Amino acid sequence: METFTKIEAKNFCAYYNNKIALKNINIKIYSNKITAIIGPSGCGKSTFLRSLNRMNDLIENFSTSGELLVDNVNIYAKDTDIISLRKKVGMVFQKPNPFPKSIFENIAYGLRIHKMFKNYDELYMKVENSLKEAALWDEVKDDLNKSAFDLSGGQQQRLCIARALVIKPEIILMDEPTASLDPISTAKIEELIRKLKEHYTIVIVTHNMQQAARVSDYSTFFMQGEMIEYDETTKIFTAPSNKLTEE
Amino acid sequence: MKINKNKIIEKISEGALFISASLSIFVTIGIILVLLFETIEFFKEVPIIKFLTEKQWTPLFEDKHFGILPLLNATILTSLIAMVVAISFGLTIAVYISEYIKPEQRMIIKPIMEILAVVPTVVYGYFALLFVTPLLRKIFPDISTFNALSPGIVMGFMIIPIIATLSDDAMQAVPKWLREGGYALGANKFQVTTGVVIPSALSGIMASFILGVSRAIGETMIVTIAAGQMPNLTFNVLEPMETITAYIVQVSLGDTPAGTLEFKTIFAAGMTLFILTFILNIISYFLKNKYRERYR
Amino acid sequence: MHEEKLIYKIRDNFFPVAGLLATVVSLGVLFVLIIDVFKDGYMRLNLQFLTSYPSRIPEKAGILSAWVGTVWIMVLTAFLIFPIGVASGIYLEEYAKPGKIKDFLEINISNLAGVPSIIYGLLGLQIFVYFFKMDRSVLAGALTLSLVVLPIVIVATREALKAVPLSLREASFALGANKLQTVVFQVLPSAFSGILSGVILAMSRAIGETAPLITIGALTYIAFLPTSPFTSEFPFITFQGLKDYFTVLPIQIFNWVSRPQKAFHSNAAAGIIILLVISLFINFLAIYLRIKFEKYMRRR
Repeated sequence: METFTKIEAKNFCAYYNNKIALKNINIKIYSNKITAIIGPSGCGKSTFLRSLNRMNDLIENFSTSGELLVDNVNIYAKDTDIISLRKKVGMVFQKPNPFPKSIFENIAYGLRIHKMFKNYDELYMKVENSLKEAALWDEVKDDLNKSAFDLSGGQQQRLCIARALVIKPEIILMDEPTASLDPISTAKIEELIRKLKEHYTIVIVTHNMQQAARVSDYSTFFMQGEMIEYDETTKIFTAPSNKLTEE
Repeated sequence: MKINKNKIIEKISEGALFISASLSIFVTIGIILVLLFETIEFFKEVPIIKFLTEKQWTPLFEDKHFGILPLLNATILTSLIAMVVAISFGLTIAVYISEYIKPEQRMIIKPIMEILAVVPTVVYGYFALLFVTPLLRKIFPDISTFNALSPGIVMGFMIIPIIATLSDDAMQAVPKWLREGGYALGANKFQVTTGVVIPSALSGIMASFILGVSRAIGETMIVTIAAGQMPNLTFNVLEPMETITAYIVQVSLGDTPAGTLEFKTIFAAGMTLFILTFILNIISYFLKNKYRERYR
Repeated sequence: MHEEKLIYKIRDNFFPVAGLLATVVSLGVLFVLIIDVFKDGYMRLNLQFLTSYPSRIPEKAGILSAWVGTVWIMVLTAFLIFPIGVASGIYLEEYAKPGKIKDFLEINISNLAGVPSIIYGLLGLQIFVYFFKMDRSVLAGALTLSLVVLPIVIVATREALKAVPLSLREASFALGANKLQTVVFQVLPSAFSGILSGVILAMSRAIGETAPLITIGALTYIAFLPTSPFTSEFPFITFQGLKDYFTVLPIQIFNWVSRPQKAFHSNAAAGIIILLVISLFINFLAIYLRIKFEKYMRRR
């Protein structure tokens, strides 16, 4: 499959209360690849991820400089439509955060707010397809009206993935998606992530090196707000060029 | 195009929400203007110095005097009695439920305690006049049917939940490590409670006292029913007296036409009441914020 | 040496003993109050009492106009405070940016919550009764009472919204929902029982309020009912009743307490039993909803 640069950061900096959190990040993230961001906690990896769908806008006194391009358009330009950006760049969070509604309504919410269906049949079909895509359909197809809270943690996280997929994003951001899950659920989600790269560009933050090695094509190492290293995962884990990464 | 429509809806709804929120400002402005307007009219006819210094309040009589002191005195006396009851009971209860009993028991006692604040004040008025006063007569045989003591005590019970609940909240906000610091020095529970917890929660506790005073000053029905409607400048709490609030009710019950001097007196009295409670409310607001910020 | 130990013992047991005593006495007073009014008033509790107008003859008097007036005022107050209180709470909690304007709004609401209710009566008298020429009508009464309890609804709404976790909002925003959609479709449904609890709490306060209604001139002797809102002709509903004079249960009670005859005091006690039962029931409903809301929030 032909890949191209989906995301590009040019001297991108981020600040909380004028204190620098990301320093001159320069990176090209490729389409239909899984890129892992690793590093110790507080290194800015989550800040970078949350800059990609402008989730940080919710925080008071957050500001940026430099450029962050998605499909060669600076998403921090003044005229950016945040709604369509977030539609294009989906997100899955560290702790599963389903809505306090039925399984069906959890998925349907995105379709409803973006008016992405003409009739109930189309709505149902889209919900079904996204649940299938997230490998959850077989487990929940008989009780779609059950509360999402009745699912196990791993199922909830796959529900959240299905919820992100249903509005057809191009990029999916994952913020330590397996941090709160048991090993079996983790394995299922990792398998799912590998399958999803066929259709999506995936950026995943993890503090787990093994996980990065298992799922990603590219890895980047962040430390104290700076990008220390960026290369193909196989190269980083066999012969790191930087001493810090090695440790 | 569709996105634009959504944005417009969002702007309109935010505007509507803002208008609702700013309604409360108009209420405050309304209160101040209404009170100010009639009070100024009142002071055109009655010099402010007479209002503040004369010892008689007889606007409804032939021989009119407009000294607020008898009303103010009654308001302060009844509030003082109420606060003695409310603080001694309320603070003891707060310490007890915050420091000495299990959290589950606290969760049960607190809502039951709140019922004291839910009982309509007219019910307390009935209780003060027809139960507490006859009871007090056994101790003070010369107590009048209407007096300051009985409504003061009953009002105190009404205010207990305010002091108990808010002081308990303030003590709960004292971090665990501060208490542990006390125990580490070998202090026992009593010493930690009085030496560490209460001083640390003091601004919150003071805020609850001040809020309690403000409630007592503004309370109307209990004192109207049980303290009487006779302006009386005395410190004898066994005698009838009329509070500021009771006077406003007394005038409102009669058919006083708007524009008359009698009508204006209730606004001058209301203004006095508003200024007193306003100052207390603001002090309590900042005291409460202080303890909330300290242990964030 | 021995005496010193005794002093320590008394000191260390002060709060457990005094605290228990203070709690028992406070709740005991409540208990005595309830027993006292019940003893005084139970024999007047019958159908005749509920279906009669006030009268000069205590045995023939009843609370018909009073309880109907209370129902009118309560329903109207609920309709007024719900939208305005909730909207204000939403604005302050979800939209207002930290700064001078927000601080000012907060201090203002906190102060309004502490303004004596009788002052609202003076406001209602000048603004609603005289300026808007509503006279001493049901509408003027409900508007005045709404202002009294509005701060309760606003504060409760904010508390309920504050309890909704950030993760829920983030999930909605990440899907490209705007603020309005997030608030309406996710945050409000989650906070609903908490908000409802606040509105009901405000109602339990409003039902016992007497002073502001006396101040706007609500009459103490009313021998008729506001025009019924239901009509037999199209459109089957009329708002004529809003303009009618009214009285409410606590005012009727006050009127009876103020009379010297003992028989009227019995009427007052009977009225109190009914008022107490209703306001305690409403209050328990509010507490029940709040506990349910807190449990629901913990489950998340």
